[in-house]
Amino acid sequence: MSVTFSIGADLFPLLAGVLAAVTCGLLGNFLVLRRLSLMGDAISHSVLPGLVIAFLVTATRGPVAMFVGAAAAGVATVVLVEVVKKLGRVESGAAMGVVFSVLFALGVLLIERAAVRHVDLDADCVLHGQLEHLAWYGAPASTAGLWDAATIDAVPRQVWVLLIACALAAAFVTALFKELRLAAFDPGLSTALGFNATALHYALMIFVAGATVASFEAVGSILVIAMLVCPAATARLLTDRLRPQILVSVGAAIGAAVLGYAGAVLVPAAFGKEAVNAAGSMTVAAGLLLAVAALASPSHGVVARWIRQRRLARQMHREHLLATLYRLRERDEASASAERIEAVARGAAAPGVVRAERLAGRVRRDAGGDLSLTASGRDAAAEIVARHRLWESYLVDQAGLAPDHVHAPAEQLEHLPMRPPRRAGETDPHGRPIPTTDGASGEHDRADR
Amino acid sequence: MFSMTAAVAPGATWREAFEVLTFRGGYNTNVVIAGTTLLGLAAGVIGTFALLRKRSLVTDALAHATLPGVALAFLAAAALGMQGRSLPVLLVGAAATATLAVLAIQAILRFTRLHEDAAIGVVLSVGFGAGVVALTYIQKNPPAGSSPAGLNTFIYGQTAAMSVGDATLMGAIALAAVAATLLFLKEFALVCFNDDFARVDGWPVSLIDLAMMALVVAVTVAGLQAVGMILVVAMLIVPAVSARFWTERLWLLVVLAGVIGAASGYLGSSVSALLPRKPAGAVIVLTAGAVFALSMFLAPSRGVLATTARRLRVRLRIAGEHVLEAAYERQAQAGRASASGETPGGVFASVAQERGWPWWFKPLVGAWLRARGFAKRRPSGEVELAPAALERGARVSRNHALWKQYLISYADLAPSHVDWSVDRVEHILSPRLVAELEAALAKRGVVIPDPHETSTGRGRAPGAHPHDEAPDASGGAR
Repeated sequence: MSVTFSIGADLFPLLAGVLAAVTCGLLGNFLVLRRLSLMGDAISHSVLPGLVIAFLVTATRGPVAMFVGAAAAGVATVVLVEVVKKLGRVESGAAMGVVFSVLFALGVLLIERAAVRHVDLDADCVLHGQLEHLAWYGAPASTAGLWDAATIDAVPRQVWVLLIACALAAAFVTALFKELRLAAFDPGLSTALGFNATALHYALMIFVAGATVASFEAVGSILVIAMLVCPAATARLLTDRLRPQILVSVGAAIGAAVLGYAGAVLVPAAFGKEAVNAAGSMTVAAGLLLAVAALASPSHGVVARWIRQRRLARQMHREHLLATLYRLRERDEASASAERIEAVARGAAAPGVVRAERLAGRVRRDAGGDLSLTASGRDAAAEIVARHRLWESYLVDQAGLAPDHVHAPAEQLEHLPMRPPRRAGETDPHGRPIPTTDGASGEHDRADR
Repeated sequence: MFSMTAAVAPGATWREAFEVLTFRGGYNTNVVIAGTTLLGLAAGVIGTFALLRKRSLVTDALAHATLPGVALAFLAAAALGMQGRSLPVLLVGAAATATLAVLAIQAILRFTRLHEDAAIGVVLSVGFGAGVVALTYIQKNPPAGSSPAGLNTFIYGQTAAMSVGDATLMGAIALAAVAATLLFLKEFALVCFNDDFARVDGWPVSLIDLAMMALVVAVTVAGLQAVGMILVVAMLIVPAVSARFWTERLWLLVVLAGVIGAASGYLGSSVSALLPRKPAGAVIVLTAGAVFALSMFLAPSRGVLATTARRLRVRLRIAGEHVLEAAYERQAQAGRASASGETPGGVFASVAQERGWPWWFKPLVGAWLRARGFAKRRPSGEVELAPAALERGARVSRNHALWKQYLISYADLAPSHVDWSVDRVEHILSPRLVAELEAALAKRGVVIPDPHETSTGRGRAPGAHPHDEAPDASGGAR
């Protein structure tokens, strides 16, 4: 087994994986948005009886019979889930679980019947596919040899099927983009405007069933389920707009397929082992890409959010430190110990917070370790306390809150970079003066010093 | 290891069937059937709580996620020089990755913006994909000394491959799970019905949730070999959903789900023992599915037939009362305007047209009116209304006026906006509510006269379109 890419062994399996991933990734965007991700799971389970029945009826494994059987099973699943949900008033998850698991059981039983007739309908193959079987014997040794009419003839049927499925899915999503987007975000409005959301829903489900059956022979249903959810979920964590989301999901699908294939073939080979199942490896790669997005997405990632929260907490602590020192000063406590500050505002006198404010020149520490405001610190603190008291009086005067209910909301609003308009000679609802800071009405403050 | 299908020849006779079903089909068969029955019992009982907690499909994810556990446990055991294919070892591995799957779903929900469906789908597919990778790795690079044969029976399950020891282990886990559920019944019920209250009351809700999922994991793992990881989900979901149609009481729900699960397990494994090429998992699930279909349609209060009948009865009563109301109002108008009223048949036809009844509904309403003694068909074919009919019509008409005035006077609705809702409420006002309405309206100086006292009746302006009507049927409402 070579560790490098070989056209004969790897080209068509990789191509099949990429095509299946892109087809499912495209459709998955709308499933994830409509919270129907598990419909893909349900359909790809219940496609099994559809395939077997189609086989038992027509006695062929021809693609048309298989597709009709699978599409019928897909639509039947959607309809049955609706029936159980609406008529039986069963919660939607449970309704889905009942329908697809019973249909799957039917499929398993029927496969045994089909097997009686000595026909190979391998259940394992339905689950995880046979990408290895797409190897191209007699392939040209280099890419230059691909530019030949023989290449077209060598493309296996499964790849053609997937190519057509992928083209159809892309055409569906492109042609009905506006309608699908509307139905995904507001099915009621969509129907009211004349784009029947239910019909679109069923059309989407038929495409999902079609994608399942187009993929099952080459890559198996497990990759279908993964690609219907993972790339779209990955994209959802990276962007807030639908068009970019679809593009990102296609990228994630291709990435997962390529990475997964490399992982299945190259990594074991590097350790001198036999290759593992490529479809399974592609699902794992899709999961890894999602995990990376969940951790490292600049907008919705865990790390970015953690940093933003830390930064905000830090800012709030620093502002609390200044405001607390200012308030104590109002009560003629010119300086205060860290413990005293912590007792008023927890976290405000943490060593890091104090160090940052001292470096900024707003707080100084005397020989005894007590903290007090510098001149510039007083200005900054006055601004925060003013915001707090302005918000309090705004909430009492304009929002009609009781004076003893405004402190807590003001404690949060004071950190916003905005404040309610100031009116002349105002005190806060508790009768305390609202400090004036700089500019127009700063005379009072300066006279104070 | 005896195989169950070998115990009974293909094409079982009735006698053999009877023997298997009454536990006389050989020791091995008996143990497997008993174990599967216990598994069904446990799955039904614990599945009930998964259903009530709306976690049915989480069980699907964790069941799929047992596959990598099985494969990794096999590899680990082989690396340690043990016999890899030892059931307890594999089940421990399966339980470990299934638990990991539950935690992964919770982490995705907690730390990302993805919804539950996507979280379940991701964990399910990635978990299973990882399992497939590990399984093919084992098959292609088998560790020395351990045969990987039969590892993939865990996907679809195979009772035939079970030894007495395997079946005993399965039954023991199932029994333990049932015992644990009964022990925590109160806590589970509390968390299922009102988790906020439980939290406020000081119960460790997430711990109880975790215990519940641990029991689900235990049952899933126990069922892996008998029914397989995909169909064990059905055993957890289907009996519970079926039982839910029959009762509103928790203890009965648990008992029923357990019984349905046990019966499915018993029948499924017996059939599978009797007939060749009938995988037990599939038969068990189809049995449970049949129970589900029956329950969904036939259950007395929540079943589809009962619900449909109930709705039809209410619809019929409302439609019939609309006819009576119209008949009364037209007669009252005729009395006042000294014009001849429509015949009852004419009223019926015009109400049917106004309200847009479908063609099949008209004869049903007619039958309702006749059955209640409100209408009679004369031999000549003419329809005649009984005196009771006009009385009932008068009452509905007055209820309409009362409720409408109430909405106008107290709920500040515009007169042109009330009729639509009043049309429904007029049929369900109880005598007590009518008395209260009268008292409330009297306070505002509005009196809707009782038609028995004034023969004219002053409800709706008869014949007029509802919206043409003056809001103050009795003057000075506002």
